[in-house]
Amino acid sequence: MLDTFTPQLLALFGKSLGETVEMVGISGAIGTAIGLPVGVLLRLTDRDGVLQNSGFNRIAGTLVNAVRSTPFIILLVAIIPLTRLITGSSIGTAAAVVPLSIAAAPFVSRLVETSLREVDSGLVEAAQAMGATRWQIVVKVLLPEALPGIVSGVTITLISLTGYSAMAGAIGGGGLGDLGIRYGYQRFMPEVMAAVVLVLILFVQGVQSVGDWLVRRMDHKAP
Amino acid sequence: MIELRNIFQFYRGPAGPVEALRGIDLNVVRGEIHGVIGRSGAGKSSLVRVINLLNRPSRGQVLVGGQDMCALDPPGLRAARSRIGMVFQHFNLLSSRTVAGNVGLPLELAGIGATEIRARVDALLDIVGLGALRDHYPAQISGGQKQRVGIARALATKPSVLLSDEATSSLDPDTTRSILTLLQQINRDFSVTIVLVTHQMHVVKQVANRVAVMDAGRIVECGPVIQVFTQPQHPTTRGLVDEFAPQQLPGSVNARIIKLMAANEVRRGQLLRLAFAGDDSDRPILSDLIRRFGLDLNIVHGHVDEIQGRPFGSLAVHVRGDNDQVTAAIAHLRQVGVTVDAQALSNA
Repeated sequence: MLDTFTPQLLALFGKSLGETVEMVGISGAIGTAIGLPVGVLLRLTDRDGVLQNSGFNRIAGTLVNAVRSTPFIILLVAIIPLTRLITGSSIGTAAAVVPLSIAAAPFVSRLVETSLREVDSGLVEAAQAMGATRWQIVVKVLLPEALPGIVSGVTITLISLTGYSAMAGAIGGGGLGDLGIRYGYQRFMPEVMAAVVLVLILFVQGVQSVGDWLVRRMDHKAP
Repeated sequence: MIELRNIFQFYRGPAGPVEALRGIDLNVVRGEIHGVIGRSGAGKSSLVRVINLLNRPSRGQVLVGGQDMCALDPPGLRAARSRIGMVFQHFNLLSSRTVAGNVGLPLELAGIGATEIRARVDALLDIVGLGALRDHYPAQISGGQKQRVGIARALATKPSVLLSDEATSSLDPDTTRSILTLLQQINRDFSVTIVLVTHQMHVVKQVANRVAVMDAGRIVECGPVIQVFTQPQHPTTRGLVDEFAPQQLPGSVNARIIKLMAANEVRRGQLLRLAFAGDDSDRPILSDLIRRFGLDLNIVHGHVDEIQGRPFGSLAVHVRGDNDQVTAAIAHLRQVGVTVDAQALSNA
């Protein structure tokens, strides 16, 4: 059985792991870069927020829900024209990053919004009483207080993206999921499939542990 | 220092508009500690939030240091707010910042440099006695210590007014006393005018110079604490005073007296309720009754306390003796300024 894992296949494993990390990492970063400000705006424009604007809130909220309810495999093919426009190609790892980022952003924004909502409104009131501007309230109070929640949200997002990235094989995105399907399923090599799953489990475990460690370091709510 | 003129405040509640404040007029003098007391829902917290415009009143005028708060533009309002410190019931400290970080926050918001912030924070922590805890997080310190951090933070921008919204309400009695002592010290040393919102009479009694009593969005009584305490006019005030200085005799005491009477029909006597305030309690009024009027006394109930060094109290005394002498004694008591409520006792 061990002779299945030839040096060539092992090299392919390494390459696929690299592609997965690349897809998840880049789309996670882009998704957070878009999702964070959107999440902040969703919270601030809500009824009891400091930038109350129900029109904006409703439109942004609907948009976020629309993207979130689109199955990823459909999103993947539906936005091919956009992907081609941005990356110049509709296949490959770089092309997979576009739909992954678009899927991640609304996910992150809801998680950010939820974490911000958990910040005690008394803290905002206290900052207002000190004469804080809205920008200062966001930067000095809301975001630092919500940071542990935001980081654990990003961790969850990265893990979801790992699952999504397996589907990116459908547009030639590569990665571990693609390897598992091509070798494990299409070439009848179940041991490759098992190895892929094992590596993915370890990968997700690692991401979760790093995320938990960061949250523990940042969270001072418990003594 | 603070003047509220005809303040109304409406909220949109689930069942139509709610009137939180209904025509508030309040004048807080520079340098005093002004208590605002009332039961929950009376509008105390709404009132105190009107002063720094955390609540913008629906109608009326707010003057702080002669400045019309409602007329300020946003930057002007922020500047005015930084001259009004505020402490909260639940402290409202940032869990993500250390003690020093919390105290320094208002200075950071005001754009003051890091070195100056450090020096000011250290000085403030010394004032509230928390120098040793500067690098602790709020979750690691006690409630009383958290409120000291809250007070230091409120003082960071050297405000001339300090608003305290139920600052001691979630603290135990000992801690409450020490926090109140700290507020008094701040009021004295930095001549900060303090508005102290509370539902606890003993808080007002310990530190306030004057007090406003609130009920259903209105100020129903306002004046020097000793006056409001000893001559409560409004039912709400009476109710609040009653909690720690009962105006009515407890039923058990009444029952006991009646039983005593029944046991000894010959010596009925009268029950006198004596209330006194100020210097009278230094006089030997009870021994006067015994020596000058030849009466028998039995103190059945009572308490003596003091408000800012002036004694006040009330006693229920069972008096027995010659009827004319009792009448003369009552007249004498009234003459020296004791409020007397006489009640003939019968064992009917």
